[in-house]
Amino acid sequence: MLTLPRFAFLQPASLDEALDHLAEHAAESLIVAGGTDAVPNLKHRLHEPRYVVHIGRLRELHFMRHETDGLHLGPLVTLSELTRDDRVGAEFPSLAKAAGLVAGPQLRNMGTLGGNLCLDTRCTYYNQTLFWRESLGFCLKKSGTLCHVVPAGKRCVAAHSSDVAPMLIALDAEVEIASPRPRGTRRRVSVDDFFVADGIHNNVLAPGEMVTGVFVPARSRGLASGYQKLRPRAAIDFPMLSVAFAARMGGASCESARLVVSAIAARPRVITGIDELARGRPLDDAAADAIAQAAWKQCHPLINVSYDADYRREMVLVMTRRAVREARVEA
Amino acid sequence: MKGKPGRAAAGSKGAKSAPGPRGTPEIPADRMMPAERRLEPPRWPGGRSAPPGSTFAVIGKRNRKVEGLAKVTGRAIYADDITLPRMLHGKLLRSIHAHARIKSIDASAALALPGVHAVITGKDLPEYYGIIPWTQDEQALCEEKARYVGDAIAAVAADSELIAEEALRLIRVEYEPLPAAMSIDESLAHPEYRINEKAREGNISKQVRLEFGDVGAALERSDAVVEGEYWYEGSTHAPIEPHCAVADFDATGFLTLISSTQVAHYLHRDLARVLGLPTQRIRVIQPVVGGAFGGKSEAFSLEFCAAKLSMVTGRPVKILYTREEVFYAHRGRHPMRLRYRTGIRRDGTLTGTDALIHIDGGAYSSFGLVTTYYSGQLLTAPYRMGAYRFDSTRVFTNKPCCGPKRGHGSVQPRFAFECQIDKLAEAIGMDPFEVRRRNTMDSNSRTVNDLRVTSNGFLECLAAAERASEWGRKFRRLPYGRGVGMAGSMYISGTNYCIYPNEMPQSAVQLKLDRSGRATVFCGASDIGQGSDSVLAYIVCEELGLTLGDVRVVAADTDLTPVDLGSYSSRETFMVGNACLDAARKLRNDIAGVLAGEWGCPPEAVTLAGGVACSMRDPQRHAMSVRDAFQLAESRLGTLGSVGWYQSPKLGGDYRGGTIGASPAYSFTAHVAEVECDPETGRVGVKKIWIAHDCGRALSPVAVEGQMEGSAYMGFAEALMEEQVFKPAAPGHGPGLHDGPSLLDYRIPTSLDTPDLESLIVESVDPEGPYGAKEAGEGPLHPSIPAIANAIYDALGIRCDRLPFYPPAVMRLLKAGEARSRWERARAQVAPAVGAAAGRPR
Repeated sequence: MLTLPRFAFLQPASLDEALDHLAEHAAESLIVAGGTDAVPNLKHRLHEPRYVVHIGRLRELHFMRHETDGLHLGPLVTLSELTRDDRVGAEFPSLAKAAGLVAGPQLRNMGTLGGNLCLDTRCTYYNQTLFWRESLGFCLKKSGTLCHVVPAGKRCVAAHSSDVAPMLIALDAEVEIASPRPRGTRRRVSVDDFFVADGIHNNVLAPGEMVTGVFVPARSRGLASGYQKLRPRAAIDFPMLSVAFAARMGGASCESARLVVSAIAARPRVITGIDELARGRPLDDAAADAIAQAAWKQCHPLINVSYDADYRREMVLVMTRRAVREARVEA
Repeated sequence: MKGKPGRAAAGSKGAKSAPGPRGTPEIPADRMMPAERRLEPPRWPGGRSAPPGSTFAVIGKRNRKVEGLAKVTGRAIYADDITLPRMLHGKLLRSIHAHARIKSIDASAALALPGVHAVITGKDLPEYYGIIPWTQDEQALCEEKARYVGDAIAAVAADSELIAEEALRLIRVEYEPLPAAMSIDESLAHPEYRINEKAREGNISKQVRLEFGDVGAALERSDAVVEGEYWYEGSTHAPIEPHCAVADFDATGFLTLISSTQVAHYLHRDLARVLGLPTQRIRVIQPVVGGAFGGKSEAFSLEFCAAKLSMVTGRPVKILYTREEVFYAHRGRHPMRLRYRTGIRRDGTLTGTDALIHIDGGAYSSFGLVTTYYSGQLLTAPYRMGAYRFDSTRVFTNKPCCGPKRGHGSVQPRFAFECQIDKLAEAIGMDPFEVRRRNTMDSNSRTVNDLRVTSNGFLECLAAAERASEWGRKFRRLPYGRGVGMAGSMYISGTNYCIYPNEMPQSAVQLKLDRSGRATVFCGASDIGQGSDSVLAYIVCEELGLTLGDVRVVAADTDLTPVDLGSYSSRETFMVGNACLDAARKLRNDIAGVLAGEWGCPPEAVTLAGGVACSMRDPQRHAMSVRDAFQLAESRLGTLGSVGWYQSPKLGGDYRGGTIGASPAYSFTAHVAEVECDPETGRVGVKKIWIAHDCGRALSPVAVEGQMEGSAYMGFAEALMEEQVFKPAAPGHGPGLHDGPSLLDYRIPTSLDTPDLESLIVESVDPEGPYGAKEAGEGPLHPSIPAIANAIYDALGIRCDRLPFYPPAVMRLLKAGEARSRWERARAQVAPAVGAAAGRPR
């Protein structure tokens, strides 16, 4: 069996205790909630932390509140809970759908919203055992200097692979971040701004910082939306491509729209020009085609994901059309 | 093993011919088979297919599997569940190069690590081994050269797996990388690479050319000839349980090896050979196995290394492969490139077939000699082939070694050939079912390559699949994107020779009856989940009137059980079943004889069933429990026990290789697959597969259905998804890295992807099988793949001649043009008229 590396297992009793630890040992700590991604990554020696900080039992991070200003979610809300909640299903159906398309039932029972949001980027040359990566020659994301996806590249292009993140961006959601210093510091950023285009570390969390909440604003309630995930199997697989679409409808015509395509690069790509394309039009097939064309032009899948790159690019068209159509059906 | 004609043979001859020096009586002539004949099993009134009494009490019922409860409650003991006192953990160091000379190995730093007890390298286990005696080309640890990424180089024993892993990282290996061949064409183009130096020539592992009849003339005389090139991608078995072995070499010099294997007997022999121990000082135990599918049918590095490390340290050693290592151990389905030319006459008669096959074997031979023969030999039923020629070449490449996977060697050619027939049927405008019916060979006939076919239920399989799937209503009639396809096949029920030449039985059973009313069956058979333990229990219950709870099966333990060759080539039900039937029938007859004497009735009137023995003449008066019957018999006859064994008759054609493919019985299968394709994404959804399979007689229909469904599922998985492939070399790295040695990246369909599977059991009642049974574990896999390919053609007008039919490949074919018009032309063809004339149900 693949072994876990040696580490000290810490289980803080409160968020403050966790942050206190992180204030001292941020660089050598790995935060684990459900563990569905962290544990295999530990076994692959992708993380070799001195401390594994288990936050999965912190009640203060486990909440789901439907309030007038919007939906407040704790990072420990499991993907199953997000999938099954009636109001999430009614008000943000595509978010519930995206969460329900992660892996399989057992993994959704353990996997958390925060964990999915902070999911390490994935690459066919990175998510492998130590032996395999040694045979390859280590890559620049971990222990090496070379990128095997873009041989001349200096920047890691491992793929953002979260299912909930693209949908949260389409819904204009925000992330609350707690910093260990000064104690009690909180800040909020949009989920869009949470991610950066660096496959080694693809979000704005500074060492020791943690996601403490996700907020979906009330104005996103009842948006017409769709989420499409391309994957070889009907369960388990990470997205080979994902498309999240949300539009505000005024009667039959579109007032504003947002399209996010992911699993192609280190961060989700918000397709530009969609608002202009869609505004004032009904979401008919012609609109769907136009939006799909715009997405296709801006998306260039790489071989970071182990599935035919040309095919994935072609599917940007199909998945986008389907996401728009799905939104139309819902609206 | 070379035979030694000298002293041993002379000695035994002497013992047979004359009384021994102390006046030992001569063995009666009727007990001893003349040397020129094979052993013949006893003949029973009514034949082997008949029940012991008037009807079956257990056989044919939907019986539970004997080990089922232990498995589902987590009480079954697998190899990794076993922990012995003072046990160490072993790990293997593996090559990071696809092909490299090993210049030096320095393990001093590893040995210095606290908790490390031993490090061994190729020099410690230099003996070559291999499942086929003529192609022994493997070492437990590479001594001179590594031949694929993952080839084992050294082994460590340590206090824990983690320490062993850390020790591996401290072993310094100096490599000299060599050029590597990753494909059939590279291997053929570079004979100078000498990937496997045991090859007689270049990188050729085995070549077989056989011709039966005049193929050229036959194709000339055809009304239509179809040529096709097919590619079958390799795949691996992926049993849920990784390989695991626990070795214990004790202070008396006795080695016990507990291993997740499906061939305990062959492993026993190979251990003796490589470790230099006499076989009688080795005990091999197979615990409960969590699936194998052919992937555990020879000895592996971990078994030798665990044993050697135990010998070196004097402590038990366990080695458990990681999932990644299971992909490197492999022995999975060979990638094959198959070129076929097949001819047909307008009336549907197949005229001739010309096959050119290239087989990618990976770095070692494994069963490759057999694979190469099977790629041609097993195609010759259920159809009369006309003339037939095949030219098969297996080559070595710098990849994990391929071997036998469920449907060994014959799944790939079957895929190609059944697609060929579909194309031929279209070419002459005949329904694919009708073409197959018209060419189906008779029962009790011989194939073009001289295989003896006895029972044959293929026509019934065709009828069952056609009827259940409502073929006539669907074929060429479903809307664009949906379609149906069909295919047929045959497979062996065991091979007629042992892998190493000998004239001893292929299977044997010892049966012990206890005065408690309990029976214990001792048999070397290997239950890998397919149910051979259950088959043994059913047969004993049937013969002795017991219920399943009163039979214990002790299997696959070389100290306790008589030899059975193991679970491969679908041999267990047929051969073990026959051995067990004879052992049990002998005891039954003894008991019936005693009871008949007691009750004053003829022995035929004695019935044993459901725990009760009675006379059918007067069941009210003459009845007792089976336990009382056992006790009565024991008091009259002495301790109750018996043996049974099986050896197949001499079979096969009179030409070199003519016995390879010969089996005492063949199973037959027909599938219909229905697909629903998404032309926008290329995704093929298989909605349903109807599986009609002739298993002779279903000893337990629920177990047979399990094998049929599992087989169809595995074929479907290979058709759509599974592929054991490797990353190409790139500026940063050499070739030979597995594309993704994990169950995340090596994609096996989930339950959500799996089609509905409907099993249709056909029973042809084989004259030589136990109660008429034949195999069901591998045959039903074969037609899955071509049936799906043919259904995709019906749905989209594209011919999927390369596996897997995954969405990017389907999209490429759809875009290649003409697909839609081909689809329309096929529909316009009036194929069904022929079928209607043959009176097919509509």
